[in-house]
Amino acid sequence: MSVTKLNVPDAQGHFGPYGGIFVAETLMQPLEELRQAYEHYIKDSDFLAELDDDLFHFVGRPSPLYHAKRWSDVLGGAQIYLKREDLNHTGAHKINNTVGQALLAKRMGKKRIIAETGAGQHGVATATVAARFGMECVVYMGAEDVKRQAINVYRMRLLGAEVRTVESGSKTLKDALNEAMRDWVTHIDNTFYIIGTVAGPHPYPVMVRDFQTIIGRETRKQIQEKTGQLPDMLIACVGGGSNAIGLFYPFLEDHAVRIYGVEAAGDGLETGHHAAPLCAGKTGVLHGNRTYLMSDDNGQIIETHSISAGLDYPGVGPEHAWLKDSGRVQYVAINDQEALAAFHNLSRLEGIMPALESSHALAYCQKIAPTLDKNKSIVVNLSGRGDKDVHTVATLEGIKI
Amino acid sequence: MNRLNKCFNLLRTQKRAALIPFITAGDPNPELTVPLMHKLVEAGADIIELGVPFSDPMADGPVIQRASERALAAGTSLHQVLKLVKNFRVDNQITPIVLMGYLNPIEIMGYEAFSQNAQNAEVDGVLTVDLPIEEGTALNTLLRSHEIAPIFLLAPTTTAERIQRIAAQADGYLYYVSLKGVTGSADLDVNSVAEKVAEIRQYSNLPIAVGFGIKDAETAGKIAKVSDAVIVGSALVTLVETVPQSELLETMANVVRELRQGL
Repeated sequence: MSVTKLNVPDAQGHFGPYGGIFVAETLMQPLEELRQAYEHYIKDSDFLAELDDDLFHFVGRPSPLYHAKRWSDVLGGAQIYLKREDLNHTGAHKINNTVGQALLAKRMGKKRIIAETGAGQHGVATATVAARFGMECVVYMGAEDVKRQAINVYRMRLLGAEVRTVESGSKTLKDALNEAMRDWVTHIDNTFYIIGTVAGPHPYPVMVRDFQTIIGRETRKQIQEKTGQLPDMLIACVGGGSNAIGLFYPFLEDHAVRIYGVEAAGDGLETGHHAAPLCAGKTGVLHGNRTYLMSDDNGQIIETHSISAGLDYPGVGPEHAWLKDSGRVQYVAINDQEALAAFHNLSRLEGIMPALESSHALAYCQKIAPTLDKNKSIVVNLSGRGDKDVHTVATLEGIKI
Repeated sequence: MNRLNKCFNLLRTQKRAALIPFITAGDPNPELTVPLMHKLVEAGADIIELGVPFSDPMADGPVIQRASERALAAGTSLHQVLKLVKNFRVDNQITPIVLMGYLNPIEIMGYEAFSQNAQNAEVDGVLTVDLPIEEGTALNTLLRSHEIAPIFLLAPTTTAERIQRIAAQADGYLYYVSLKGVTGSADLDVNSVAEKVAEIRQYSNLPIAVGFGIKDAETAGKIAKVSDAVIVGSALVTLVETVPQSELLETMANVVRELRQGL
């Protein structure tokens, strides 16, 4: 199967058999209005100028592409470059998308913003733009995540957002998404739902991807400035998959560039306690799109496990499902312990504390870099910083702060 | 003629709206479901909507969500729901049964297998909440070929153009969602429901059922005057939480009787 980024999605948001719109009837018209608004403004020069200006002055873009020389030397293989999304305002790639969607919300005349969040990075990024634009903001977060990401909960509240704890289901990201959808269907007239990843009904997977491709577009330019050529390999972690698609998308047609998406293997794929639908799931329908899912033989969604709240999600963006089937991107999985080891390594060798999500990409890089020549280059998307995870790491290691 | 058409034809001669209670299959346990269904009929139910529990019921309010969780905890699966309908049919060949649920359990069973199994169980209609017509052609064609009515939601946000497209594919009845929100929400506005039902009637001869937010006999009575059927879900399902199990059948029957008197 040949994949070019130009032939997907179709007008209804299908990436091959994946994607589409699977929602209750009440949301069909609001989604159509969103699609029309998005397709209009993404070609509107005033909108794009305002977006660029915000990305430069408010987010702090472009983010650096950093040559992790010491780490590369220790691993003794390819040269590793880190795309420093952790240096963005609010500490992760999530803000690239929330700035874009908030500008769209403003143009659509919506005064109220809602969002779901797992690790809290998307919630913080949403609360941040809502504060800046003077919009009311409600963030849904699973009770389990509220516990393990207490600092981000407080950050959202400091920014003026209301954080609503979700007690239903597995009390994690998927349930927060359900609850945000329920809020949206109840308040469609004045509310804009900012989804944080490349999942959900069309046009979300396309819209979020487009706002995140700034990562890949900058990387393409920066790596060529540094090395004179394209990278040999790209690596990014995949929960819903927004940071990954943001990095990968501008390289999809460069077939010499090998691309790896890294899912969370949790306790190990063989244990069933993981969050790796692409590596070990099956196709189905959840949260408005058809994709790979963690579901049981009766079609019920299985509770997932990962050390990283941001990867603890039973689905994945439909474009990733398509890229997997087409063979353009290889999807692999890294378990909790491997991610934790990479977290420590980067902290000690490069003075950069990565998010546990990004640590999964780093851990795969640690495995593969030594197998490549020193003149090869790998770009790893360092999608977020690790400050939010300090408590989790300390607790796991039996340290009380 | 199928059970749904027969049912509405009969009600038309009686000049009465249908009462459609909704319960979640397997809530609080699968053993109670068939007795509960018979009790609903005895108390005046014309059609039964049987919820198929799903782990992520995005369109449902807290009452139906918890019902789903209880049913799943009791081990209820789509396979088992179909068995329950089959058991119900042993003693009841008349009352139409409509399954209401989400797509993923059907996807995992397979469209062909599901349609065949549902026909074997003598299911009369299937409403898949998260399957709009645009994505539903394959399943709906199979359901029809197995003599099962595909039932669709219409919402306050549905445009006239969409109403026509949906009505063209629907069978059995059209389910009008009376408010913007999830199941069991408050603040149903009877006047705006009446207006929208009148609009839908311009485009379809199918019976129009109204649900979401009908909590008592008084509201049911008002809605029955402007529609062909009244669907009551959360107001019944909530009894599972508030009434001891030993009294559940009788209490639910009493509420259904009261609703029926309001029509």
